[in-house]
Amino acid sequence: MTIQRARVDDWATDFDHTDPEWVADPYPIWQDLRARCPVAHSDRYGGTWLPVRHEDVSAVAYDTEHFTSRSVVVSEVRPGPDDLPAPIGVAPPITSDPPFHGLARRLLLPAFSPKRIQEYEPFTRALCTELLDATAGRTEVDAAIDYAQHIPLRVIVRMLGFPQEDADLFRRFIRMVLEDVDQSAEERQAQVEEGELDAYMDARIAEHMAEPQDDLTTFLLEAELDGQKLDPDHVRGTMVLLMIAGIDTTWSAIGASLWHLAQNPADRRRLAAEPDLMTTAVEEFLRAYAPVTMARLVAKDVDFNGRHMKEGDWLLLPFPAANRDPDFFPDADEVRLDRQENRHAAFGLGIHRCIGSNLARMELRVALEEWMKRYPDFELSEPERVTWSAGQVRGPRCVPVRIPGGS
Amino acid sequence: MRVHVDPEKCQGHNRCYALAPELFDVDDLGNASERNDGVVPEGLEDKARKAVANCPEYAISISE
Repeated sequence: MTIQRARVDDWATDFDHTDPEWVADPYPIWQDLRARCPVAHSDRYGGTWLPVRHEDVSAVAYDTEHFTSRSVVVSEVRPGPDDLPAPIGVAPPITSDPPFHGLARRLLLPAFSPKRIQEYEPFTRALCTELLDATAGRTEVDAAIDYAQHIPLRVIVRMLGFPQEDADLFRRFIRMVLEDVDQSAEERQAQVEEGELDAYMDARIAEHMAEPQDDLTTFLLEAELDGQKLDPDHVRGTMVLLMIAGIDTTWSAIGASLWHLAQNPADRRRLAAEPDLMTTAVEEFLRAYAPVTMARLVAKDVDFNGRHMKEGDWLLLPFPAANRDPDFFPDADEVRLDRQENRHAAFGLGIHRCIGSNLARMELRVALEEWMKRYPDFELSEPERVTWSAGQVRGPRCVPVRIPGGS
Repeated sequence: MRVHVDPEKCQGHNRCYALAPELFDVDDLGNASERNDGVVPEGLEDKARKAVANCPEYAISISE
């Protein structure tokens, strides 16, 4: 049974990030709130706050004392007594607070440094070429379904050392975790109890323990914290995190960038003519179409911007809203491929800066470079068929484009 | 001109390293630092300013 939610009437007092209006186009909602709130509240999900200005989003991101990361996905289910307590959380380090957070994060960082990530660029490029080859001769291609969604999925599957044919399985897991916030508590609980995802991960962990490989899974199993191997729950939690955080986020960014180019011929022609523009263009797409809204739980009562927040309240942390704040970015709603000053927060701010940012940036750049090389000319064929994911990761799930004359 | 990365503020976004690898390096954890004691070779001043203007954490400063 899925909860039928009432449509939102007043965004300042009753917002819901799964409302169809928000899902379709959240930018006007945030702009309206910036002018009149600016921190909104809703009784939904048991009580949730929403800052929308860059300065407020950034203040929360930096305040780990009052805002805990113990749970970062707003849903009807709050972390219960059975879940790992702060500061570790269920998926370290994203659900961890200081000081544990720093330790868990330092462990992972070397695997995601810019220099390590470069090693995956040839695989990514070959994958993009293969996906484009599969569209050869067609005049209709779905940039999200035929292209974007496969790229981060198959790269992370390779990084973890899992069979490439399990890619489809992963897509289902991701939907379960990220897009089913609208289900009742009982339903989510049942899914978690079935433990399908955990069982899958445990099987892969056992394989890697029996036969270590040169991949991220073995890297995690051999990593040490204070001279001790990681707890199996920690390893599994981190692997689930990498899988979930690494896939539909980047898929959304690639899809949204192609969706933009598919309906802005001037930008498309300019990017095709000036490939050197790619560096600033990638950052601008990340700013304008940042996919990820994070969340926090209020750790202790705090007065924030004149609002009294109580321990246990949810707080949505919309980095995409910070990125569209006109007080922080001139012409914030305009995509400028050569934007020179761009301190965007697509990968968050502060200690939880997305650990996969170098990977995401590489995948986005390579995906756009290869697409533009193959299809410098394309346009949205059925705008009404473009649908956006609901929840805290926003991206187009369907981007049908027409390729003039085929390839 | 000199550039300086504040290691307390740097969170490893790597924007400076992507924009101006001549001026910045990153370690195994992805944290940035200035090369060559921060001295900006002639002709790279614009790159230095661009790195400053793109750091989300305001971790980079310039001294003339």
